[in-house]
Amino acid sequence: MTVTTTQPPAEAAGASQPRRHRMSRLARREEIVGYLMAGPWLLGMVWFIFGPFGAAAWLSFTDYDILTAPTWIGIENFDVMLTEDPLFWKSLSVTTIYAVVSIPLQIGLGLFLAILLNTSIRGLAWLRTVYYLPAVLSGIAVSFLWIWVFSADWGVLNFLLSKIGIPGPNWLTSEDWALTALIIMSLWGVGAGLVIYLAGLQGVPTELYEAAEIDGATRIRAFFNITLPMVSPVILFQLIMGIISALQVFTQGYVMTAGGPNNSTLFFILYLYRNAFRFLKMGYASALAWAIFVYILLLTLLVLRSSRAWVFYSGEIRGRA
Amino acid sequence: MSTFTASRAPGVRPRNLRRLAARVLEKALIYFLLLAGAVIIMIPLWWMITTSIKHPKEVFAFPPTLWPEVALWRNYLEIFEKAPFGLYIFNTSYVVFMDLVGTVLTASMVGYAFARLRWRGRDIFFVITLATMMLPGAVTMIPRYLIFKEMQWLDSFRPLWVPAFFGYPFFIFLMRQFYATIPHELDSAARIDGASEFGVWWRILAPLTKPALAACGIFTFNATWNDFLGPLIYLTSSSKRTLALGLLAFRGPHRTDWHYLMASSVIAMLPVIIIFFFAQKYFIQGVTFTGVKG
Repeated sequence: MTVTTTQPPAEAAGASQPRRHRMSRLARREEIVGYLMAGPWLLGMVWFIFGPFGAAAWLSFTDYDILTAPTWIGIENFDVMLTEDPLFWKSLSVTTIYAVVSIPLQIGLGLFLAILLNTSIRGLAWLRTVYYLPAVLSGIAVSFLWIWVFSADWGVLNFLLSKIGIPGPNWLTSEDWALTALIIMSLWGVGAGLVIYLAGLQGVPTELYEAAEIDGATRIRAFFNITLPMVSPVILFQLIMGIISALQVFTQGYVMTAGGPNNSTLFFILYLYRNAFRFLKMGYASALAWAIFVYILLLTLLVLRSSRAWVFYSGEIRGRA
Repeated sequence: MSTFTASRAPGVRPRNLRRLAARVLEKALIYFLLLAGAVIIMIPLWWMITTSIKHPKEVFAFPPTLWPEVALWRNYLEIFEKAPFGLYIFNTSYVVFMDLVGTVLTASMVGYAFARLRWRGRDIFFVITLATMMLPGAVTMIPRYLIFKEMQWLDSFRPLWVPAFFGYPFFIFLMRQFYATIPHELDSAARIDGASEFGVWWRILAPLTKPALAACGIFTFNATWNDFLGPLIYLTSSSKRTLALGLLAFRGPHRTDWHYLMASSVIAMLPVIIIFFFAQKYFIQGVTFTGVKG
């Protein structure tokens, strides 16, 4: 698991080991209390996560419109999805493009800004606040705000572009620009990653840079041979979390563009939502849900596999404030 | 936060003037880039706030005005007459409050059980907990809906907060990690003094985890306050609307009233912004402690 490798769990209950032999009655009581206290979550896992997870698998082989009982139709949902449904492929590619463009931009920009902020400048706390603020804002109000920013005739973006002589497009109503607009919007939240990279950078031992300077290494070499390897575990974690969240984008597509124009922003979860709650095709929507699950899983495994080649663990850096 | 003040610029040697000049130039460039970035980041918020206090005629003025000729703060009062935003805020606050209590309580208790108590299967369950963090919410969405439908809980707030009392893996993980950093002498001493396991958690250790609890609370507040998909799926009647659904409905008849839309958006964002300014420390601690944005 990635999480265990980035944050190895500290050996927690080692101290109570010897007690176990001497006082087994106490140990048994500890065990019962343990189950009781973890109980809500153990129940919750079954009720809200693994139960529904399994149920979705079963539903994906049925035809179910909520009003009448589900009927078993075998692999038909998957067959339709893969061979007859152009919107499945469209929404998958829209979501993939969104993720593939926005995640590297977010990581690159976040890392770049973190490096700039990590140069012992004045006003660091103030700048960090400014950069981080948009990252805590989300939901429909943010979508409204960006509709207005992207407004072709009265929006601030096209106004600023016109100032430097560029005629701005009809961002959200143009098939060519709508997805780009949503990617630009995603960069507004770059501060979340920035804060994490900054903590990671501050965990890089200063001696490494001093040694590199004595050896006559240029700063560009120091960046590629020290900074980047040292923060690579943080990048890996951000990459995986970025994939999981970018592939599940919903609100922007629903509120700002309604998936349009001409399905150019039909995010996968939006398509799933429509199938489930607008067309009441619960079986088909469950098949879609499993498809995106498998897709996310495959991408995550691919990234993890590749990480052996580019992630460096030194046991010394921990992004902790 | 002391970690952020660490300086690693090697001392400048005054003899080497060319190098000094390069340093100054570099610093100026860094400041310029950072300030330019900060301005760009703030433009959308600025645009929202100024639009929210503009006269409708000025909203569609070209070129746009950077500050309204007349600041109409009464736009903020008028939206409460146009739509029951008071009710929306009340509904949202109720869901947020219940969700907050559930999340924080359960995360603290379960995190304690994972970090401090020995019970069979604990380590396996912890790994499973980590795995569920990776599980996309979309996969469980439809069966969950069907479960709540079966329980006749649709169009009530319960689907939005009852799951919180059964724990969210991310917050359990966060609390567990925090408990693991507390020395064991404390609870050993309390146990020798005859405190129950439950008492050790509630009286001795839980009070020590306030920073982590604050981080959990803030993340939960944000996520629940801003939640859109949940209310969209579960709530149907207009009297049950949360702020997110209220905004969506408000946009219908007021599609071109951008001053009203922006004023209501400001109101929807305001609690989050206020909490961010007061509790930024906990945000950043939580974010860097777990490496996730929450």
